[in-house]
Amino acid sequence: MSGMITFLTTSAHWSGPDGIPQRLLEHLGYSFGALFFVVLIGLPLGLFVGHTGRGGVAIAGTANALRAVPTLGLLIFVVIAISGSLPGRLTYLGPSLLVLVILGIPSVLSNTYAGVQSVDPAARDAAKGMGMTGSQVLWRVEVPNALPLILSGIRNATLQIVATATIAAYVSLGGFGRFILDGQAQRDYSQMAAGAVLVAILAVVLDLLMAGIQRLVVSRGLTGRYARGASPAALPETPPAGSNREEAAA
Amino acid sequence: MIQYLRDHHADVLTDLIAHIWLSVLPVVIGLAIALPIGWIAARFGWSYSPITNLAGILYTIPSVALFVIMPSILHTKILSPVNVVVALTVYTVALLTRVVADGLKSVPPDVRAAATAMGFTGIGRFLRVELPIAVPVIAAGVRVATVSNVSLVSVGALIGVAQLGSLFTDGFTRYVNSVVLLGIILCVLLALVLDGLILLTLRLLTPWQRAVAKP
Repeated sequence: MSGMITFLTTSAHWSGPDGIPQRLLEHLGYSFGALFFVVLIGLPLGLFVGHTGRGGVAIAGTANALRAVPTLGLLIFVVIAISGSLPGRLTYLGPSLLVLVILGIPSVLSNTYAGVQSVDPAARDAAKGMGMTGSQVLWRVEVPNALPLILSGIRNATLQIVATATIAAYVSLGGFGRFILDGQAQRDYSQMAAGAVLVAILAVVLDLLMAGIQRLVVSRGLTGRYARGASPAALPETPPAGSNREEAAA
Repeated sequence: MIQYLRDHHADVLTDLIAHIWLSVLPVVIGLAIALPIGWIAARFGWSYSPITNLAGILYTIPSVALFVIMPSILHTKILSPVNVVVALTVYTVALLTRVVADGLKSVPPDVRAAATAMGFTGIGRFLRVELPIAVPVIAAGVRVATVSNVSLVSVGALIGVAQLGSLFTDGFTRYVNSVVLLGIILCVLLALVLDGLILLTLRLLTPWQRAVAKP
């Protein structure tokens, strides 16, 4: 424990290419890079499946099956399988990023799908009855109502990616995982523990940040936080979907 | 892969058995701890948010980090399998506390009232009425915990705890993908078998669900 604190408070560990700030930037870079592709692929696909209702069973099944696949095994398998055919820097970065994206997609995809699916049919019907087109129903009713689930899907994907990026240090990726793996190789427990604590803090801080964003962007009509003192029980169970648009956008 | 299995079947079997222990033990211990905590969270409304928030934060910590932090808390050796068991128990408790609390809260108030009227009180009502009704919800959480534990245990190979994950690190050292694939297949099969066993247990524990399902 004290060795770890010594490691963290040694100024030499806070600069240079293997210093803590540089490792943090690497870790964030991989994580948000992967998250970008996860959202880019998972969100539209989830919205499409949720809106049309096509392919829902396949998505739920795939997401469950992927949970059973060991992340470390998948990571190493992909690295051995494709790194030979990649040039230079991409040899290790490419396969790792691919695995981060593969592991992140299911939670965004299945949560988006489930979120859109679970929108009260009455709200959807009312929107249609008001003359909204298919895409208006999707963007003005289904997405705002599904937002809590969509965002928690992105939160879960982020955690999954941050954790897997740590493990990917084993296949030569940078980031905080380097301290754990290098410490292991050098029999330097202080370094390992410092890396572990840094990863844990990073994960918790990112999750709290995203929880904060979630609180800001989700319609108060959904969370029941209408006004101070008003008990959620006093509100109608499903708020009129159209009326929350302005709040959802704010 | 078949060749490797033939040459190393004793090692692979030892790894498999270790893997089963390391994934199942935390679920059993974790469930035993999560039940009373979940009960408290469901019974005393004010405690629900702090308990589930703390559980959420614990669940956020990446597994490899928790494995490495454990020795400095428990004063165990870094290679000790105890680190993996305790770390996964923490995850299981974090996951199941919320599930147990939500399961218990989902018991309809009139059922609880009827049980009280029939003379059930306190612990008896919990064990014989509320808990059985919450079993399907809790079982769903136990399935998630078990299946993800099977995957998380293999990460322990990075800190040198021997189990099926050793096939991954071994395969990477030799750069032979068939060994890695063998490990992945065994892990997935193990997850499926354990998942099936929980489903079977759920069926045995909730005979009334089958009775209702029949027309």
